[in-house]
Amino acid sequence: MEITAIYYLVPALVMFCCGVYGFITRKNMIAMLISLELMLNAVDINFVVFNRYLYPEQMEGMFFTLFAIAIAAAETALAIAIIINIFRAAKNIDVRSLNEMKF
Amino acid sequence: MFSNILIYFVVVPVIMLAGLGFCRNIKQIRAVAVTGSVALLGLSAYVLAEYLAIRATGNTEPMLFTGSWSWFEPLHINLAVGVDGISIAMLILSSIIVFAGSFASWTIQQPKEFFLWLILLSTGVFGFFISVDLFTMFMFYEVALIPMYLLIGVWGSGRKNYSAMKLTLMLMGGSAFLMLGLIGIYYHSAPEGGQLTWNILEIAKYDAIPHGWQQFLFPMTFVGFGVLGAMFPFHTWSPDGHASAPTAVSMLHAGVLMKLGGYGCFRVAIYLMPYAAKELSFIFLILTGISVVYGAFCACVKTDLKYINAYSSVSHCGLVLFAILMLNSTAMTGAIMQMLSHGLMTALFFALIGMIYGRTHTRDITQMGGMMQIMPYLSVCYVIAGMASLGLPGLSGFVAEMTIFVGSFKAGMAEYLAGAGSLKLVFTIIACCSIVITAVYILRVVGKLLFGPVYDDHHRTLTDATWWERFSTVTLILCVAAIGCFPNFFNNLINTTFTPEIFRVLGM
Amino acid sequence: MDVTIPILILAIPLFMFVFLGLTGMKMSHKVAGILGTCGMGTVLVLAYYTAFQYFFSGADIFINGAGERLQYLVFDQTWLQFTENLVIKLGFLLDPISAMMLVVITTISFMVHLYSMGYMRDHHGVYEHGFQRFYAFLSLFSFSMLGLVVAPNIFQMYIFWELVGASSYLLIGFYYTKPSAVSASKKAFIVTRFADLGFLIGILTLSWYTGTFNFTELTSIPVEGMAGVSQVNIGTAEYVRGIFANSAAPTFMGASVLTWALVLIFMGGMGKSAMMPLHIWLPDAMEGPTPVSALIHAATMVVAGVYLVARLFPLYLMEEAALDIIVVVGAVTALYAAMVACTQLDIKRVLAFSTISQIAFMMVSLGVARPEFHHGLGYMASMFHLFTHAMFKALLFLCAGALIHAIGSNNYTEMHGLRKHMPITHVAFLIGCLAIAGIIPFAGFFSKDEILTACFGHSIFWYIWMSAVAGLTAFYMFRLYYLIFWWKEHKTPEGHHAPHDQPWTMTLPLVILSVVSCVAGFVPFGNLVTWNGHPMFESVDFFTNLKALDWSVASISLLVALAAIGLATVMYRKENALPSKMRNALPALWTWCFHRFYFDELYMFITHRIIFGCISRPLAWFDRHVIDGTMDAFATITNKASEVIKPLQSGQIQMYVWYYLVGALLLGGITALCVI
Repeated sequence: MEITAIYYLVPALVMFCCGVYGFITRKNMIAMLISLELMLNAVDINFVVFNRYLYPEQMEGMFFTLFAIAIAAAETALAIAIIINIFRAAKNIDVRSLNEMKF
Repeated sequence: MFSNILIYFVVVPVIMLAGLGFCRNIKQIRAVAVTGSVALLGLSAYVLAEYLAIRATGNTEPMLFTGSWSWFEPLHINLAVGVDGISIAMLILSSIIVFAGSFASWTIQQPKEFFLWLILLSTGVFGFFISVDLFTMFMFYEVALIPMYLLIGVWGSGRKNYSAMKLTLMLMGGSAFLMLGLIGIYYHSAPEGGQLTWNILEIAKYDAIPHGWQQFLFPMTFVGFGVLGAMFPFHTWSPDGHASAPTAVSMLHAGVLMKLGGYGCFRVAIYLMPYAAKELSFIFLILTGISVVYGAFCACVKTDLKYINAYSSVSHCGLVLFAILMLNSTAMTGAIMQMLSHGLMTALFFALIGMIYGRTHTRDITQMGGMMQIMPYLSVCYVIAGMASLGLPGLSGFVAEMTIFVGSFKAGMAEYLAGAGSLKLVFTIIACCSIVITAVYILRVVGKLLFGPVYDDHHRTLTDATWWERFSTVTLILCVAAIGCFPNFFNNLINTTFTPEIFRVLGM
Repeated sequence: MDVTIPILILAIPLFMFVFLGLTGMKMSHKVAGILGTCGMGTVLVLAYYTAFQYFFSGADIFINGAGERLQYLVFDQTWLQFTENLVIKLGFLLDPISAMMLVVITTISFMVHLYSMGYMRDHHGVYEHGFQRFYAFLSLFSFSMLGLVVAPNIFQMYIFWELVGASSYLLIGFYYTKPSAVSASKKAFIVTRFADLGFLIGILTLSWYTGTFNFTELTSIPVEGMAGVSQVNIGTAEYVRGIFANSAAPTFMGASVLTWALVLIFMGGMGKSAMMPLHIWLPDAMEGPTPVSALIHAATMVVAGVYLVARLFPLYLMEEAALDIIVVVGAVTALYAAMVACTQLDIKRVLAFSTISQIAFMMVSLGVARPEFHHGLGYMASMFHLFTHAMFKALLFLCAGALIHAIGSNNYTEMHGLRKHMPITHVAFLIGCLAIAGIIPFAGFFSKDEILTACFGHSIFWYIWMSAVAGLTAFYMFRLYYLIFWWKEHKTPEGHHAPHDQPWTMTLPLVILSVVSCVAGFVPFGNLVTWNGHPMFESVDFFTNLKALDWSVASISLLVALAAIGLATVMYRKENALPSKMRNALPALWTWCFHRFYFDELYMFITHRIIFGCISRPLAWFDRHVIDGTMDAFATITNKASEVIKPLQSGQIQMYVWYYLVGALLLGGITALCVI
């Protein structure tokens, strides 16, 4: 049995949908961040897969994935910092109750 | 670029703005404002003299002192300047009013910011009058409008936020139409395959706008500018705006900014689209004809001095647009004269109202009376302004109105005898009626405000005009009288505009 | 002819106005008064000189070989150029009527300047507040009126027409702290302004058709004698004649447009000359100082309408319908004003209505003038009456001023029996009354007799009508005279000085004008002022007018006048019950006359109820609520709409993701559907 791209893409899609579902339904900011990471990683998998299967002689997809991982790490650090600060200020990280800056 | 004299009309205000930045106290600010406005006055006098000298040599170019510098090449936007008799008349008017306005705001609060915006506004005004490029013209137009919001909103009185917002939004709404019209003109500016241009002179020369498009673009531009010219039914920003604005702003606004409307209607709507102007003028003739009497009737029952004068402006500015639409050179000369005359006399009115309001703290004529006994100088000036407004010979209103009536009557009779209906004639006669209604509301105010017994004994302690107020009013009165006594000078100046080129375009 | 003098005639009063207006407050009252009077005196001399030159020098620019007087344009400067042909010029036209008017205006104006030096101060000799301003305004008025009469074109006339209106406004409202004076001045200005609207439209129509504003061209061709004036553009004049002769001219509502133009121009004249129904401002104008009433509202400005019609008379001759309208308006006004004058209490108002009535005589006279009858006798009679009326009416007003100054009231019920206290005023007033009543040999007799003759020549109906009015005139004037100077003994109120004659500055003008009123009738007007410049008499001497009388008309009018005076004597010489019996016999008529036929109330109704109440106020409401409401509604709708869609912007990022997701899926779905 040959392992085709679809074997990678379906789990990535499932991961992505889980991420979307989690991002929309969870109200805890940490959980939302985790969902976001899920989506990002799903995208990363796609990048790698398409690179590997469509243009095996090139490496841009790989680079881009590494780049995205690095950025995602930085972004997560920043997001957690913000969340911690919000928690300190509001004693709460539920997005429904964080509407002070609305409008 | 700096060898062109006209560019200094923009450069001087910019230098004034820079100078204001270094001012530390009100004396320095006044010095900057006065020096700058004197420089502008001198500049316009110089341009006038040069212009007449060149015209005297038999030059019949549509515009003189032309120059064009590329600003944004891909869209052919240039900073193009040039003036004819009408623009020069407007430049003189603006510089006089800026000059008088500087004196009228001698003791304004937060002077630095105030003058900053005021000078920015005048930059826009001067830039507008010297531009012959539609895009830069529009840009200067916007530059003139925006400071108005802050000037009224910050330094105004009464319902200033409402008025400032209303004025800005209505004028912006007008400029939305205008922008649409201007872009439309741009895309039809040259014959098939030619290079598109924003330059008015070139557009007029090509005369390439298809008739179908003209019928769409003419109303767009005419309404766009007409809003600023207080055309019925888009005039309601004017009473509220004027009522809330501080003195110098009312002066500049009624005196100069409303003229942008009339000037633009002539320079853009009619000059560039003469075909549609002939076809569609009847709609706007009806609207402006209504403005003339409507404004006058409304002014008859108002009790707030500024409202009365704002409605009177609606009536007088309506006459300007009305005359422009007659499409004959006499009426158009009259329209320009009326712009000059109305500009000066309304500026005088608003200056005086500001001065009276500054003392009595009310503008309601039912709360005042017998001012002649208390402040004779201001009252006499008010009577003179009133007389100019109701068209007393020897002051500016008379010559302007008479020129308009003679011109419109001529156009009306020509139309009537050609069997093309009597619309122009009927509306001319209706417009003539405004001289009676004007007399009614002016004399009503004069009678209530200045004559009769003193209404409020607290007013007895008020003082008469200070030296800077006298200076401001005397300047304006002298100008009003100069136009009224020697109209032929201005008539000839404006007539230099009607070169063969214009006659060809307008088919007059 | 030298242009210096004509220029000075106009320039001196203008300079006086500006000078006194600007510096008057800095100088003493007396200096200002003397300056003003001297300035006017100079103008008087210059104007007399000019008129003398015109009438009697015999220079060939003024009179041609056939003895016909010509129009002479002294100077003409372009003031405002409308088109090639239509040019407003400011100039100085000398012809019989303008020369005559120069004399009238400067004479009366000088008298009034002099008189006011005494009148405008109280019994202790203290000058009134604003005395300098008064002289400045008088100078302005004199300037405007002189500019009006010498106007060589109809637009200059209109310009100065407006200026006299404004100076009249300023002078009526001289006592500006008095509300009644303020409203009177306002009324005068607005009513005349309304009439001027007609005048303006008339000018526009006329000038559009004829292509010229100039009187010389408008009126010269039909007048054979004046066709030879070198300054006339014959081509234009021929063109004007062609237009008027063309019966196919466009018509409007059944009358030719030219008739309309002339009627509209006459409307301007009706306003200034206080013809019914535009007369309502004149009685109220008596709120002004009495010398002003004498100058403006009796002698000069109010006859501007007559002067205007006279100026354009050759044109009116070509549109006789317009002349018929003038006759009807004039005759009705004459009767109306005379009836009202019989019932008024205020002596100035009686004089005001008498002025209206007398001006109406002049109008009628112009209206009935035809070249076929005695070489246009009516025209000459009208101008003659204008001249004599100016003199005796100014005299009457100045007498009234003296009385008012002495008594401190306008009401004759506070006067009575003054003949012993104020003998000079008494005699002067009597002379004025005799003149206006038309008793030989006083001035009014001759001019009024010419008018009645002209009416007789035109139609018997109007002759009888006008004779009746002449009788009424004599009656109400003598009623006034007896009520002021006789009726009963004068009772001086406690604490007041007995009334006495006034200082010389006030008395001298009375004496001069009395003398003029006695002799002015002998001026051989038929040789000086005729409609075509052609003299009426072969040769003239002092008794020319007397010899030329048509005794059949003159004796009847004398009899009527004497009968009316007799009736007035019976009724008013001694205090008795006859007047109240008369009043009770015709109560309705008396009430209507007393209330001036409710014209003021009618106008009040029209202006306040209809114009303010039914037009202005609803329009203002419409503006605030409908037009402005629409604009505000745009803003409100925008605001409301934003309120409605605002919740979409919840700030919940999860909601946004939902919207995004749904949107993206929809888009994707649609794209897919399209592709498939």
